[in-house]
Amino acid sequence: MSLFVEQTLNGFQLGFTLLMVSAGLTLIFGIMNIINLAHGSLFMVGAFVAADAGARTGNYAVALLAGTAAAAAAGLVLEFGLIRRLYHRDHLDQVLVTFAIVLISNEAVQMIWGTRPSSVSAPSFSDRTVTVFPGLPYPVYRLAIIAAGIAAIVFLHLLVNRTRVGSLIRAGTTHRELLGAFGVNVKLLFTLVFAIGAGLAGFAGVVASPLLSVESGMGDHYLILSFVVIVVGGIGSLKGAVYGSLLLGLVDTWARTYLPDLFEGFLDASTASTVGASVASASIYLIMVVVLLARPNGLFGLSDD
Amino acid sequence: MVLFAVLAAFSLFAAACGDDDDASETTATPAPAPAQDSEPDTGTDPDDGAESSADPETGGATEDSPAAGDEVEDEASEPEEVGGEVKVGMITTLSTGAAYLGEGIRDGFSLAFELDGRYELDLVVEDDGRDPALAQQLADRMLSRDEVDVMTGIVFSNVAGAVVPQVVNSGTIYISANAGPSPFAGAQCHENYFVVSWQNDNMAEAIGYYMSEQGFENVVALAPNYQAGQDMVTGFKRFFGDADEEIYTELGASDYAGAIAEIRDADPDAVFFFYPGGMGIAFVQQYVASGLEIPIYGPVASFDENLINAIGDAALGLNNSSFWSVDMENEANQVFVNAYREKFGATPTSYAAQGYDAARLLISALDANGGDPSDTAAIRAALKEADFDSVRGDFRFNSNNHPIQAWYLREVVQDPASGNLTNVIVDTILEDHADAYASDCSQ
Repeated sequence: MSLFVEQTLNGFQLGFTLLMVSAGLTLIFGIMNIINLAHGSLFMVGAFVAADAGARTGNYAVALLAGTAAAAAAGLVLEFGLIRRLYHRDHLDQVLVTFAIVLISNEAVQMIWGTRPSSVSAPSFSDRTVTVFPGLPYPVYRLAIIAAGIAAIVFLHLLVNRTRVGSLIRAGTTHRELLGAFGVNVKLLFTLVFAIGAGLAGFAGVVASPLLSVESGMGDHYLILSFVVIVVGGIGSLKGAVYGSLLLGLVDTWARTYLPDLFEGFLDASTASTVGASVASASIYLIMVVVLLARPNGLFGLSDD
Repeated sequence: MVLFAVLAAFSLFAAACGDDDDASETTATPAPAPAQDSEPDTGTDPDDGAESSADPETGGATEDSPAAGDEVEDEASEPEEVGGEVKVGMITTLSTGAAYLGEGIRDGFSLAFELDGRYELDLVVEDDGRDPALAQQLADRMLSRDEVDVMTGIVFSNVAGAVVPQVVNSGTIYISANAGPSPFAGAQCHENYFVVSWQNDNMAEAIGYYMSEQGFENVVALAPNYQAGQDMVTGFKRFFGDADEEIYTELGASDYAGAIAEIRDADPDAVFFFYPGGMGIAFVQQYVASGLEIPIYGPVASFDENLINAIGDAALGLNNSSFWSVDMENEANQVFVNAYREKFGATPTSYAAQGYDAARLLISALDANGGDPSDTAAIRAALKEADFDSVRGDFRFNSNNHPIQAWYLREVVQDPASGNLTNVIVDTILEDHADAYASDCSQ
């Protein structure tokens, strides 16, 4: 039982981390119709800048601000310099360009910060554990990640549903041309959305980095999962991103725990753990297949376009 | 590179472009080293006369490198008997969290040639990104287009598994400076395949033996789910006995919360873990943060000098097994460690030591053949002799061309001089230790 509780918390923590990455990705994909493979690089940039700022100042808050701001700034530059030229190109061109950015930034961070993985220290208040269940101490920092994820999604929800910019963003997902015809500066709106998404990815990178080793390519894994999330949740849907992230976070974590045990029923222990581990890593893709068969536009996707 | 997995529709394009982009050819010819002009100690005559001062002692390491630089210009006046050019193809991991592993091998390898100074090393280095398919293409190109004399460098056993058969079957010699996967030590051994580092199982066998001596009974074993991870757990069990639970995580994973929850659930006396590079940093940090206080042990790959310093104080006092340590006092190691520190301003990792030894082994074989790398049979015979001073002390090859060597217990301590964490040898675990697969090898 204690194991189940701990793994469920871990699942939520993975889910909320994914949410911070995929929320920006789904907005960018949904509104701007851009496949941005470089989104994971923004996650990485946030983590690297935070690691640098954290090492210099020893202050987590500074690291968090610096990482988020750097990723948002990188997003601005990226949109201004490159992405802007891709709105009317097809998805393949976008994939090629943004994939190149992935390769370039993976090399660039190595050139700037070297290849030795570094790390961000967690803020001192969270550098301990609390008992969340009898006999189960759980790191405060992981709970803080869940809280940060909730805060990020509440912020996005309010922004999209309660502000004027939000209503423009919503309009942009469905009626882009009309929005322009009404005199809205769509270009500026797109830049803003891209920067918000980039900032969120950077924020996620900083928040996750005390747990991970900060290394080149660290965002790639989250990028792939986030694409699965938005495909499952429905492209362009924030609600879909929320449910998709949590669903995949939980399934991934549970599968890794319980599938090897399941295989032990009919395989020897050693084989069961290797086979179980392999099948577990495929579990979220199986979910994606099932969802796509049942609802080709994702769980909360718009019915057609 | 994992990116390809999801966007199946685009994967072909992405792969095609990825391969081309990644294959940044860096033909490093480190003979003209960044000639460090700094010679603060007894730098009597600074300039061209350096050639004449040929005293090959420890301090000579620095004075040698400008000499090596000159060598390119006036090779004719080179007084040494042997010498010549050797072209080495190095496929290694220079990206991902394991990038510093490949860098260590590369830097150690070229350092050995630089210190030796007699051969001109044409080193073709390529990054495999831990991707076996990419590595196969790189190997193809090195064999057919670059026509390298010898190949080396692969860090990961799954990459080695894909590349090595192709290399050795083409008649080219492969010297492994890291990966020692079990299949190539046993039935699939090959006369052209030499492992200068260790057979994978060995490093886990040593710490497994130590842990059984310590009286631990219930142990959870963790490793990434690939060839070397499976070899490690097999080796661990061979000398420890069965583990309570074996947990395999994804290769390159960064979040170990799930595995840590399973450890807590199993409640063992001790934990064995094999996580090289960035994986090790992430795992140990998360383990410490989880509040678990069960002691953890692992092989050298989970405790290299970069890794323990990235973990920080949490690593202090932890024990691990290794074939080499930076504090070894033999002369070859002193020369290596001092020269490495001087050139790179950092303490060498075990990977650098392995790269250095691989190059020293190759040099010994070249020496035995008058510097001619083209006669594969003669080079092979000379390699087999292992006639070089290894940085780890005693070293010889078993019948399957894998090392027979001692394994030591190391402890992580703080270096009083630099304040950094470092490993020191505290005991010998196994003397003259060979791998378990040599009897399956029919050569």
